[in-house]
Amino acid sequence: MNIGVCISHVPDTASKIKLSEDHSGIDYTGVPFIINPYDEFAMEEALKTKEKSGGTTYALSLGKDTVKESLRKALATGIDEAVHIKTELELDSFSVAKNLAEEIKALNLELLFLGKQSVDFDSGSVGQMLSELLGMNCITNCVSLEINGTEIKAEREIEGGREVVVTALPAIITAQKGLNEPRYASLKGIMAAKKKTIAEKEAVFTDSRINVLKYLSPQGKSSGKILGSDAGGVKELVRLLKEEAKVL
Amino acid sequence: MSTETVIAFIEQRENEIKKASLEALSVCVKLADKSNKKSIAVLVGGTFDSYDKISATGVRKIIHVTSPELNLYSASAYAEIFANICKEETATLVFFANTLLGKDLAPRISVRLEAGIGMDCVDLTSEGQEFIATRPIFAGKALQQFQVLTKIKIFSLRPNVFPVVTPGSSPDLETVRKDSANNNLAIKVSELKKASGKMDVSEADIIVSGGRGMKGPEHFPLIETLADTLGAAVGASRAVVDAGWRPHGEQVGQTGKTVSPTLYFACGISGAIQHLAGMSSSKFIVAINKDKDAPIFSVADYGIVGDLFEILPLLTEEIKRVKS
Ligand SMILES: Cc1cc2nc3c(=O)[nH]c(=O)nc-3n(C[C@H](O)[C@H](O)[C@H](O)COP(=O)(O)OP(=O)(O)OC[C@H]3O[C@@H](n4cnc5c(N)ncnc54)[C@H](O)[C@@H]3O)c2cc1C
Repeated sequence: MNIGVCISHVPDTASKIKLSEDHSGIDYTGVPFIINPYDEFAMEEALKTKEKSGGTTYALSLGKDTVKESLRKALATGIDEAVHIKTELELDSFSVAKNLAEEIKALNLELLFLGKQSVDFDSGSVGQMLSELLGMNCITNCVSLEINGTEIKAEREIEGGREVVVTALPAIITAQKGLNEPRYASLKGIMAAKKKTIAEKEAVFTDSRINVLKYLSPQGKSSGKILGSDAGGVKELVRLLKEEAKVL
Repeated sequence: MSTETVIAFIEQRENEIKKASLEALSVCVKLADKSNKKSIAVLVGGTFDSYDKISATGVRKIIHVTSPELNLYSASAYAEIFANICKEETATLVFFANTLLGKDLAPRISVRLEAGIGMDCVDLTSEGQEFIATRPIFAGKALQQFQVLTKIKIFSLRPNVFPVVTPGSSPDLETVRKDSANNNLAIKVSELKKASGKMDVSEADIIVSGGRGMKGPEHFPLIETLADTLGAAVGASRAVVDAGWRPHGEQVGQTGKTVSPTLYFACGISGAIQHLAGMSSSKFIVAINKDKDAPIFSVADYGIVGDLFEILPLLTEEIKRVKS
């Protein structure tokens, strides 16, 4: 079986997000990038599935040349092949999905994993869009997965519980934390990955259905009130919550 | 009146209509009325004797598609049914609540309707046919203001941000109930597993969260008792989830749940940037931490610098006293 994982190359979650001077974009200068944390779960599941049922694993990433860093890490972690779909543009979820769909068709992928969302633009839409574009069955936000032949049983996290979802291959699974424990790249893997070539394709769909007007910084809070750490302070806190904030 | 319509998807789970859907419906009705279009609420699955909660928003038409097969979510069936209704009713504007069902369904609908989509919107303003929407990105470390360029536009609205407006039932309300056969059940929920009666952080109005400062899972009853007193949900930092003290469903933050409750208590949580990203849009934040320099105080409305093992029991008692 050909198994794919889509990888998003995102700013380290510890980094502050700075806007460009005219607020038309984000200033990434000096910001370290990582594999989207949810894609780590997706990648682990792809590797586990291959170990169980055989096949070839492919990592796909769309973006600037820098996404190759994350693809290289994927190869080091055990993914067999990597494809970089090149674009300098910041595309909306739909164009990202359209470009990925072309490649997924070309590679004849039967099972595809993604993170439940990419922690940069946080839309969480690409998996579902791909499923519509490719006629694959998509289950989002998965915390457990069983594949038996062509049958799939997954649990997806919802508010206050889980849904057990059944479907069949070809399928797309988006990963939530809890699905598995991602492995680390081995030294041997890192050395081997250095020698591998990353295939390159050009992004063909570049129109966006969204027009970004500007970026804003969240409004900061005016500094709060610090209260005493004794019974008096606690009384005052409760009084403020009741009378000033009116939330009790 | 225009033949074009504005539609909101209404989510039910076990015959309970989600409050977040009524929030989205309220926006739907307002924008429909403003542009002289018909507002429509579409409900899939469930058995209802009355649609009072829905009609109270002043919506003009309710379409309820029923079948026992549809009581639990089926992405394939819901997508097909809802997209077809949007087409039949010539919807130009479609709203979802950005719940886990909305997040799953809305992007599928956008492909079927060839519509541009904005997920997790926290603000929406309209000027004639133009809409300007705002959504948090990087878990709230920044915001993006955008327009949708396609003729049909879809917005999925963050829960707990837009108010439910209930002017009362429309005098010309039309209610349509349709049975649905031959549903496409290629993807189907076979069972609902509820976490033992606990409230989820993503739906709670008040959250009491504990971090590594709790020292161990055996001390979380302090958090739970305060939460019970307030009718609140229990949340956690990643540190305590990774340590196995709390289930990951409770994790708040950039790689956990993004929450915006009315009131958020952070107890023994330092306020790492990834944690702040998930909760700093809460309306009121209370921080309890023994380190006066902890970053959590930079987003707190009220703070107590001290030992949570002394403060939490006092706080629970005082709230009980005030409430009784
Ligand atoms: C990729 C990535 C993603 C992440 N995503 C998230 C996320 O989604 N959510 C998240 O929360 N974190 C996330 N983190 C982790 C984050 O960086 C922090 O490590 C974590 O939030 C710290 O948890 P904490 O505040 O409970 O623990 P600590 O930082 O150890 O803070 C404990 C606090 O308790 C206080 N304390 C100790 N004892 C007492 C006492 N007796 N009384 C009062 N106060 C006391 C201390 O002063 C301290 O401030 C992520 C990290 C990475 C790398």
